[in-house]
Amino acid sequence: MRTIRYILQKEFIQIFRDKSMLPIIILIPVLQLLVLSYTATFEIKNIRLVVVDHDHSTDSRNLINKFSGSRFYKYLGEESSYKQAENDIAAGKTDQVLVIEPDFEKKLITEGNASVQVVTDAINGSAASLMAAYAVSIIQGFNENIVVHKSPLHYHGLPIDVSSLFWYNPELNYITYMVPGILVLLITIIAMFLSSMNIVKEKELSTIEQLNVTPIHKLEFIAGKLIPFWIIAMVDLVIGLLLARFWFGIIIVGSPLLLLSVAAVYLVLVLALGLFVSSLTETMQQAMFISWFVLVIFILMSGLFTPIESMPVWAQQLDKFNPLAYFVKINRMIMLKGAVFNDFRKDFFILAGYAAAMLTFSILKYRKTSG
Amino acid sequence: MSVTINIKNLVKSYKKVEALKDISLIIKPNELFGFIGPDGAGKTTLFRILTSLILPDSGLITVDQWDVIRDFKNIRKITGYMPGRFSLYMDLTVQENLEFYAKLFGTNIQENYDLIKDVYEQIAPFKNRRAGALSGGMKQKLALSCALIHKPRLLVLDEPTTGVDAVSRKEFWELLKKMQKKDITILVSTPYMDEAALCDRVALMQSGKLLSLDTPQQIINDFKGNLFAIRTEKMYTLLNSLTAFDAEMQVYRFGESLHLSTSLNPSEAKEKITRYLTEKGYREIYIEQVTPVIEDCFLALMNKTIVS
Repeated sequence: MRTIRYILQKEFIQIFRDKSMLPIIILIPVLQLLVLSYTATFEIKNIRLVVVDHDHSTDSRNLINKFSGSRFYKYLGEESSYKQAENDIAAGKTDQVLVIEPDFEKKLITEGNASVQVVTDAINGSAASLMAAYAVSIIQGFNENIVVHKSPLHYHGLPIDVSSLFWYNPELNYITYMVPGILVLLITIIAMFLSSMNIVKEKELSTIEQLNVTPIHKLEFIAGKLIPFWIIAMVDLVIGLLLARFWFGIIIVGSPLLLLSVAAVYLVLVLALGLFVSSLTETMQQAMFISWFVLVIFILMSGLFTPIESMPVWAQQLDKFNPLAYFVKINRMIMLKGAVFNDFRKDFFILAGYAAAMLTFSILKYRKTSG
Repeated sequence: MSVTINIKNLVKSYKKVEALKDISLIIKPNELFGFIGPDGAGKTTLFRILTSLILPDSGLITVDQWDVIRDFKNIRKITGYMPGRFSLYMDLTVQENLEFYAKLFGTNIQENYDLIKDVYEQIAPFKNRRAGALSGGMKQKLALSCALIHKPRLLVLDEPTTGVDAVSRKEFWELLKKMQKKDITILVSTPYMDEAALCDRVALMQSGKLLSLDTPQQIINDFKGNLFAIRTEKMYTLLNSLTAFDAEMQVYRFGESLHLSTSLNPSEAKEKITRYLTEKGYREIYIEQVTPVIEDCFLALMNKTIVS
């Protein structure tokens, strides 16, 4: 056990002596959290709108005002013909075109209904569906207004009134949603990259040669190598949580201690993966590339950016082996929903079992491949 | 206190190369034993098996009563190893490196200071300098200090003087002689043949085989034939001319002259060679019998194996 202490001592001297290391482990994660949390947004603001108004009536004017008054829209102006507006979309000058038919107002009064056309640039599918949904909701609001105005006596409200409530994140605030996920991502990157590179470094610089002829035990060596990065990742998580609370103003509904305990187990799994990568590789460059490929897959499939439920079945099956998917889920449950241990018991035990298995496997693998 | 090493029928192959071909030898307690040979002779492989870093294909090594495979834990405790490539932490200071290795062996610098004193005193002025910022000779001395810090009974040094300047090399060997007096068995490998003369006994290795094993003096005594140093005003083509002269004679470059060994008696040889070279148009022929040094013996042995 004393040997572990000596290795830890050595590791921390080396980590803090390296001038590029402190920024990497403290400053960069904080910066990334700040930048990513503001930019990885699902909301669409400033939708550029061009209108082709064939009617030029009070009603058509009112409809346009509804759009230009919305905080999601940026009204660019009118085009004289649909053809012209189409060109605007093709040239990427506008995102959406609203076409109002001739006699729009007249039809509304005499026939009780009229139609408008909404054309959306769907080069980005998910953005297009959001923009279309925004347009529909604005037109619906306008509709309701007309009914009330034109025949107030007959208005009994629309037959079915749909009103939505979003639990755990009532304002659908994306920062609330993203920050916990990005936090997970950052500590994963830190733990995996640094641990895999650090162990390989001993091989690459052949310092392992001198170490292997000492009476040091493999397990002591591995423990001494992994514990520093476990500590660093935990410190990063605490800093991240403080930022979430005091910078982003996210109320952590559940217990922060519970969250840290789950993270403690989760990090063992990530470090075991790092150890595994380092047993496969001989140089830091190789270790970095493999870690990177593995992490990209884990991150994109973690449910952080796209919901796991909407992935194909095989991908969902694959996600059972994705440590990030478990922790992103548990993390959000605790931070936003106030989940207690019982709520995610099953996921936690899978995570813990996974960690134990991976650590055992990596240690065995490491012993086989070296000295 | 110092150990006996018994190597028996040791074989080790890498994927395509046979690094060690059936090596057997015994190294006596407190011996300063040298392995001499060109790159790729198998010296490093032998040392790595001895220090339990890799496993042999067959054969065995014992260090005193311990088997190098079965009892590697015991052997590691009493062995100091200095790998051919500098393997200490470049970002730790001289003192931090030394302290770290002392602690790993459960000791401290003060406890064994008199053992490393001679070496460490020379680098002590730089003890707060990072190992990466030391010169080549200094690095070697630090590595030697680290290998000695746990009072080993066996010291294994893999090419400690490669890439070190001539003065540092001389100092290094003086240090080894001092270490030997502290009752340590020392194994050194080197590609420099002149260093062989400084060992108690030397083994000449080439392509995984032992070519000879004896004291430096005995190896010289065993040199067969007469040796001549030859120079002419035209050295460039001389080697080719003499090689073509007589297959029985061995010719090789040696410093500024060529050395030629032959079984003919001195006066006959001298006359034959002078006549041949004159016919060939060489002038200012200088030919003199010399006593062989250890390098002549090794070069002769190595040439013989290449021919056969």
